[in-house]
Amino acid sequence: MALEVTLEIVDQSAHITLVGELDAASAPLFRTEIEAAAQAQVNRLVLFMQKLDFMASAGLRVLAFARQKMGGEVDIYMVGVQESVLETITMTGFHHSVFLVDSYDASQIGSA
Amino acid sequence: MSIDALQRVDIHPTHTHGDFQLRPGRPIPFGATLVPGGVNFSVYSSHATACTLVLFEKGQSEPMAEIPFPDAFRIGNVFAMVVFGLDSETTEYGYRMEGPFDPVVGHRFDAEAILLDPYAKAIGGRDVWGTPPNWNDRYRHRARIIYDDFDWESDHPLEIPIEDLVIYEMHVRGFTRHASSGVKQPGTFAAMREKIPYLKELGVNCVELLPIYEFDEFEHSRPHPEREGEMLMNYWGYSTVGFFAPKAGYAATGKYGMQVDELKALIKELHQNGIEIILDVVFNHTAEGNEHGPTISFRGLDNKTYYMLTPEGYYFNFSGTGNTLNCNNPVVRNMVLDCLRYWASEYHIDGFRFDLAAILGRDPWGAPLANPPLLETLAFDPILAKCKLIAEAWDAGGLYQVGSFPAYGRWAEWNGKYRDDIRRFLKGDTGLAGSMAQRLQGSPDLYAWRGPTASINFITCHDGFTLADLVSYNGKHNAANGENNNDGANDNESWNCGWEGPTDDPWINGLRTRQMKNALAMLLVSQGVPMLLMGDEVARTQRGNNNTYCQDNELNWLDWSLMEQNTELLRFVQHCIAFRHAHPVLRNRDHYRNIDYVGSGYADITWHGTQAWNADWSDGNRTLAFMLCGRHAKGGTVVDNYIYVAINMHWDALPFEMPMPPLGTQWHLFANTSMPTPEDSYAPGSEPVLSDQRQCLVGGRSVVILVGK
Repeated sequence: MALEVTLEIVDQSAHITLVGELDAASAPLFRTEIEAAAQAQVNRLVLFMQKLDFMASAGLRVLAFARQKMGGEVDIYMVGVQESVLETITMTGFHHSVFLVDSYDASQIGSA
Repeated sequence: MSIDALQRVDIHPTHTHGDFQLRPGRPIPFGATLVPGGVNFSVYSSHATACTLVLFEKGQSEPMAEIPFPDAFRIGNVFAMVVFGLDSETTEYGYRMEGPFDPVVGHRFDAEAILLDPYAKAIGGRDVWGTPPNWNDRYRHRARIIYDDFDWESDHPLEIPIEDLVIYEMHVRGFTRHASSGVKQPGTFAAMREKIPYLKELGVNCVELLPIYEFDEFEHSRPHPEREGEMLMNYWGYSTVGFFAPKAGYAATGKYGMQVDELKALIKELHQNGIEIILDVVFNHTAEGNEHGPTISFRGLDNKTYYMLTPEGYYFNFSGTGNTLNCNNPVVRNMVLDCLRYWASEYHIDGFRFDLAAILGRDPWGAPLANPPLLETLAFDPILAKCKLIAEAWDAGGLYQVGSFPAYGRWAEWNGKYRDDIRRFLKGDTGLAGSMAQRLQGSPDLYAWRGPTASINFITCHDGFTLADLVSYNGKHNAANGENNNDGANDNESWNCGWEGPTDDPWINGLRTRQMKNALAMLLVSQGVPMLLMGDEVARTQRGNNNTYCQDNELNWLDWSLMEQNTELLRFVQHCIAFRHAHPVLRNRDHYRNIDYVGSGYADITWHGTQAWNADWSDGNRTLAFMLCGRHAKGGTVVDNYIYVAINMHWDALPFEMPMPPLGTQWHLFANTSMPTPEDSYAPGSEPVLSDQRQCLVGGRSVVILVGK
């Protein structure tokens, strides 16, 4: 299954929705949107991953790129990560670099 | 013109090969390195006449491309090329080397062979432990390209002073592979991370991992002689395929190619919990064996450079495994240095233990060097400056250098003499009081100028009996290895306490438990750096097998139900480790001087026997006692309590007269191994005061530890 990536800037948050499978072939799409989000100089990156079914090492590389491209001041939220993807994120230690949440409500988390 | 305004020209192709765009590469660093727009490949061979880069789509049996290095891309003996537009995530690579096949002069080139890059940072082919490989694959261990983009945050090596370490020697897979571990991904780096709380509770602050460089668990695999359908494997992993790559099969994410991240996540979390990580590294030989072994990498790249060869072109075998890496060849020396620098900087490794390190001091023809360049280079390297360097100071060729390993003020050693003397004293041998005095104070007879931190004290390690087996077997029982019990050491200095193997006899089992406590108590009050073997704290048994290199089963896997079964021993070990951490007088950087140099009225260390101030050094003696003056802790820079230790390895209980503690203090009981739990030890700070301050009865084969406060 291919990957669909959409980016939306909401206030000072970048919302990226990932649908499908994030592998070596599709990772450049995701990376392009990360670069666009960084250009927008947001202070929060929210990744909606409820419909992301698979993530290969290429996906992890883009997440690592996002962490470093956005800078330490930008909080990264991962929303609704599926179990298999979550395992990969946890086993490789990336969960220390982001906030994992089941659902996202900007008003409850705090203004961006 | 500003620098920004200059357009880089080194990212543009100058050559093509089919659809691939190329340019001359940078010879340094060796290996495959991501550069803007492509990958820089660099490989060394001093005798090859031509080199071809072989590219694969990940997992495919046939190459997607073979790109010969143009003559212009060779600088000196290095072939270097940038290939643009490669997808590093899906590419695997290797090399073909052309050159003479003339074994007598040392050359074994074979242009048919596809060779692994010695600098490969990740290696595919054994991605999931124990999954049978495709034996027909022409390229079995495949170099992959990695990113160095792990988010370390503020992590860096802990740099705990070596005298403050309590090392736990362990096997990544064996630690959690047993079903009782209850982890999500048994036998992996991720599972080890789950069990960090156990290490914290035990109290160790350093783990030493048996080899985690990529190796082939199927090397010399064969059917188990006693268990239908099971295989004997290369379980320990002392046979390196790639020095720069972590073992993919130790990562739950190895099948996704994320073993680098998973290992780094483990190291980061160990550091967050105050635990250092030392790697057991094997630079004395490789997985290629002798002339009958497989050609994986070095043999085909530059046999004559990488291996020690006889005048007839055969392999010297100082490692006992078929070949010997030519570590004091300048090129190989640089590879070892590059490798250790890489692990120290990219993985934040805290130290290295060098397997059969005496080999690293031999010249290319096998003779011991007075001033081995490799050992000196490592000792003075700026990147390794804070790393612990620990030698297994002997080799299979008979070179035994415990106490004489070329140290350059840096190297510590696995103290084999400590192991042997403690074992002999423990089982009641006589004539050892003098030797024991040396071992307990950090072996000044061996390390007079190097201090006690040169001595890594251990009684058991992966190689030999576990502690439980040391007190349960007189001889080895290695039939399960399929070598007619001919493998493994015969000089174990063990004693079965009256019955060979398991028994229901409560007296024997009680004695065994006491002997284990005695051993661990002596280990943890000795000056030097203590090292425990994984599972000894809960009496792990290998059923008398003292050479379990090939056993991927319950013989090696830590059974976590032992924590409940042997709570008594576990609690005792936890207390002993906590006691060591609580008392700096047990952890001196310099040797005792046997004088009072702080004006306390007591020498830093004093020796006693059943009579205070009167140690019995005679041949027939099986007792020894000593007192450490707390005012001399850490060379007199720290004030600590006084500590008195009485060791009675005679079978009868004996009264020990204690020296008077300093005015205003009393002797408190920390441990008495002859007492039933919970009176066998106390949490530091909660030790009860002794009612008799002049004398204590030390049970037969028992140790008493007092603290004066």
